[in-house]
Amino acid sequence: MIEALEYPFFQRALLAGVLAAIAGGIVGSYVHVKRIASISGGLSHAAFGGVGLGYLLGFAPTLGATLFALGSGAFLSAAYRRVSARLETSIAILWAVGMSLGIVFLSMAPGYKPDLTSYLFGSILFVEAGTLWWTAGLDLAIVSTVLLCFREFEAIAFDEEFARVMGLPVGILLQILFALIALAVVSLIQVVGVILVIALLTLPAAIARQWTDSLRGMMVLACLIGASCTTTGLWLAWILERDLGVRAAPTGPLAILLAVLAYALSTMIRRVVRRVRPAAPDAA
Amino acid sequence: MSDPGSVPAFRLSGVHLARDGQTVLDGIDLEVPAGDYLGILGPNGGGKTTLVQLMLGLLRPDAGTVEAFGVSPRRARGRIAYVPQRFEFDRQFPARAEDVVVMGRLHCKPFGRGYSAEDRDRARESMRRLGVDNLAQRGIGNLSGGQLQRVLIARALAGDAQAIILDEPTAHLDADSAGRLYDLLRELNERMTVLLIGHDVGVMHRQVRSVACVNRKMFHGHVKELTDEVLERIYGYDVALIGHHHSHEGSQG
Repeated sequence: MIEALEYPFFQRALLAGVLAAIAGGIVGSYVHVKRIASISGGLSHAAFGGVGLGYLLGFAPTLGATLFALGSGAFLSAAYRRVSARLETSIAILWAVGMSLGIVFLSMAPGYKPDLTSYLFGSILFVEAGTLWWTAGLDLAIVSTVLLCFREFEAIAFDEEFARVMGLPVGILLQILFALIALAVVSLIQVVGVILVIALLTLPAAIARQWTDSLRGMMVLACLIGASCTTTGLWLAWILERDLGVRAAPTGPLAILLAVLAYALSTMIRRVVRRVRPAAPDAA
Repeated sequence: MSDPGSVPAFRLSGVHLARDGQTVLDGIDLEVPAGDYLGILGPNGGGKTTLVQLMLGLLRPDAGTVEAFGVSPRRARGRIAYVPQRFEFDRQFPARAEDVVVMGRLHCKPFGRGYSAEDRDRARESMRRLGVDNLAQRGIGNLSGGQLQRVLIARALAGDAQAIILDEPTAHLDADSAGRLYDLLRELNERMTVLLIGHDVGVMHRQVRSVACVNRKMFHGHVKELTDEVLERIYGYDVALIGHHHSHEGSQG
């Protein structure tokens, strides 16, 4: 991988992968413990509508994706607080409408049209410096918000009703949390694409959960695992291209497959460890 | 122990509440003197939990007033400890017992700050009082039912509560743990008002001092006034007061 590091596009890709993994690891930990993976799936597909609108009206697709994801996050947080049965329907609608709008807008867009697969499955090798700054900005927003409201988010993630009894502004906190998920989704789309975002939000956090009983530890671990996946995926793609002549090896799907493999391995090791060293037996 | 003339712990008058067009509570009057040990009984769907949500300020009545310690329940926050039904949260949540208990200090902590050393001391003290301080570092997924119940009570009592409300606290406990819980509640009642929600009429009858039966409307009185006739009127069917355990699964009043 050393020789690959000489290329600026590879350096940018590496950095994009790590930055996205940070957003995904932190926000993904909330998504995992609150069991709202389907919400992140809905947000990423809704964001695609914004990508299409960007091309149609000639502004940055990432800006479009950010606006669409944030808007959808606000919509879903309202649905989430009312009736959970309607939440499922709302997610399905956002999911489908976002994808359809994206495709329709792209078909109407004048001039250069991007390859659809690059948005569906990621295009980390074509990350521009501007997008990198944008992703860094999203990371900064996510990290600082979580640092500021760590205990509050922990409380609403664990037990919303009790948080309300304790006088926390649960509604506002949920809105902020959903906005953070939207921002993380946008930063991940660049790396793994609309379709695979859900995997990079949930898998590193799920692996991390197997090895720690603390939310904070889970976040740190999930960031490291996510970054290892994106970095190794990139490196694998490089090997495939250089040694096997595979053209345009898909870095995003490779990173996801690595994450799935890591999850399987982690689950197995965890099971063995449990058998060797069972949890302390409880006195009733 | 209830000092006459003192402010009651809870006072509900003329409370009416409808949800989705259906009347859940109708003309509820209830005064719980400070220091009382009140059991709240009633069939499933009869409005017990709604009543508690009103007392906690999680809901507002459509008509009538709800007061806790002479002020609105929202303003009384921190003075009312609350122990929800277990398993309403996820036991896989990454938290140790002490992380959960210190959440009972959330209302004392400025927004956007971590817990202070005092918050952690108070949480530890509360765990000691409930005999779960040895479990502080244990993940909540590795606690037994009785242990988790005590951790939740420790969380509720980590603040400065003058009353505690427990929603079906014995629902998932074996007989031994339930017995210990009732001992604990009686001990707590020496210094605070205790409200116990349950559906086991026989057990309630042995434990509490006064009862409120809720099934849209309310009967409230000393536990000795709770007769089979009163219960039948409230539940709409025959309920054995003392003796065998009566199951209410699936029954609607």
